[in-house]
Amino acid sequence: MQLIDCPWCGEREEAEFHYGGQAHVAHPEDPHALDDEQWAQYVFFRDNPKGPFAERWTHSAGCRRWFNALRDTVTHEFLAVYRVGDPPPPLIRTAPGAQPRQDPEATS
Amino acid sequence: MHPAANTPPTPGDVLPDHPDFLWRNPDPKPSYDVVVVGGGGHGLATAYYLAKNHGITNIAVLEKGWLAGGNMARNTTIIRSNYLWDESSGIYEHSLKLWETLEEDLDYPILFSQRGVLNLAHSLQDVRDSKRRVYANQLNGIDAEWLEPDEVAKVCPIVNVSSDVRYPVHGATYQPRAGIAKHDYVAWGFARRANDLGIDLIQDCEVTGIDISDGRVTGVRTTRGRIAAGKVALAAAGHSSVVAAMAGLRLPLQSHPLQALVSELLEPVHPTVVMSNAVHVYVSQAHKGELVMGAGIDSYNGYGQRGAFHIIERQMAAVLELFPVFARAHMLRTWAGIVDVTPDASPIVGLTPVRNLYLNCGWGTGGFKATPGVGWCFAHTVATGEPHPYNAPFTLSRFTTGALIDEHGAAAVAH
Ligand SMILES: Cc1cc2nc3c(=O)[nH]c(=O)nc-3n(C[C@H](O)[C@H](O)[C@H](O)COP(=O)(O)OP(=O)(O)OC[C@H]3O[C@@H](n4cnc5c(N)ncnc54)[C@H](O)[C@@H]3O)c2cc1C
Ligand SMILES: [Zn+2]
Repeated sequence: MQLIDCPWCGEREEAEFHYGGQAHVAHPEDPHALDDEQWAQYVFFRDNPKGPFAERWTHSAGCRRWFNALRDTVTHEFLAVYRVGDPPPPLIRTAPGAQPRQDPEATS
Repeated sequence: MHPAANTPPTPGDVLPDHPDFLWRNPDPKPSYDVVVVGGGGHGLATAYYLAKNHGITNIAVLEKGWLAGGNMARNTTIIRSNYLWDESSGIYEHSLKLWETLEEDLDYPILFSQRGVLNLAHSLQDVRDSKRRVYANQLNGIDAEWLEPDEVAKVCPIVNVSSDVRYPVHGATYQPRAGIAKHDYVAWGFARRANDLGIDLIQDCEVTGIDISDGRVTGVRTTRGRIAAGKVALAAAGHSSVVAAMAGLRLPLQSHPLQALVSELLEPVHPTVVMSNAVHVYVSQAHKGELVMGAGIDSYNGYGQRGAFHIIERQMAAVLELFPVFARAHMLRTWAGIVDVTPDASPIVGLTPVRNLYLNCGWGTGGFKATPGVGWCFAHTVATGEPHPYNAPFTLSRFTTGALIDEHGAAAVAH
């Protein structure tokens, strides 16, 4: 089974976690100012990239805390995990076609 | 070389000829009236009905891999039309009617078998929701019945309807006209007829860009060069977000792995299709004899055409709850496809903000049954520039207007 590296507990089996979809989708600051199109985008539209994706996970059968992860949706590889509130780690592309990797400088 | 008449033949030295291919393998022309992106069931059926119903034959179907190697080759082939809402009944029942004459229409065997589908109810709420759906179906002229547990056992004697199990069967909805078909044959049947009508089916041809000028689509970029197009019809299933992004469109879709599995070949034991939302599995027996099973999507977004093994384990646990008789069956193979799921579990079929660019996606876990129906309606949409009445409600704009067609909770398991 795939292991997921919880930022608080370390590596645990995938079955202990639940998925929370795209990360960094903030509730609108002034909901009344949104038109229907903007509401639709907030409620129903999410990114759906083929490749690295910043997304939310919760360690439901462990510490029960939420965290964010950068995961490749093709290989299912976790490129980085980071705490809620932290910015997504920037990506560096090493070579054309290569998987983008987490920038080691940027995450410490 | 055939052996001389007087020498005894060596076993294996005279092999049968390779069967005739069912379609040509042409190189792309520089330009077409209509380019269909995606050579799965939906793309092939759309091309076929464009030619058959609308007389448009200067068409290319572009497929990045091999023909119908995506979800068309991976689905569990359940066909039914017992959806809750009027809009869904309309398009799925239209499709089911087309299935009933498809074999003659395509002049090709598709092994369509109307063996019925049972959707089991395991709780009082299930019973209420199921009966509501039966009544809604009947009002829409769809064959639907409510069966008590003893009647369920008559339709499918191997389902465990005893009351001492964890999730007892309280009854089921039954659609006798539902069933299964042979997915590959369906694809080949459509491909063969489309080819006969002059349509170019082009494999190993990935669309990498969509050209738009003055708000109108003008062609596509592909791994085999640029192809000009009067109209472009997207039917890329799990890759719809990726392809639509080439035209600057953002879609309310999430792509997920959906897994299925088959057992070894068994004697005929399972006469119908059984689906259970609460225990969450569905099972039929293919013509050859495999038990075919599936359940829900893997939770996370994925484009990898593979899923996690614990999902398969859960499906098998669920199946043994319902069918103790399968305890000694061996699992032969598991696989996954990539399904494009919408927020309301209904498809998106219609126009886009880009002129002459048409969208068919969001069928998620349940679009095989729609293959002829959506091909018919999408062809109408592309040919006339107006949605067919059956797909008119399934607009992209419903997510803005709020006119959702919420089949998530309504239609039992969504396949
Ligand atoms: C495991 C599983 C079980 C299922 N069970 C059922 C079921 O029981 N009943 C049911 O009704 N439905 C079921 N479905 C859903 C059904 O398979 C799909 O809704 C349906 O097949 C989608 O339409 P399609 O056949 O055209 O898709 P596909 O066959 O996936 O066709 C899309 C094609 O587009 C191609 N493509 C993508 N991007 C590009 C590009 N850039 N350029 C060129 N080509 C491209 C792909 O390679 C693919 O061949 C199931 C799906 C899965 C995965
Ligand atoms: Zn934890």
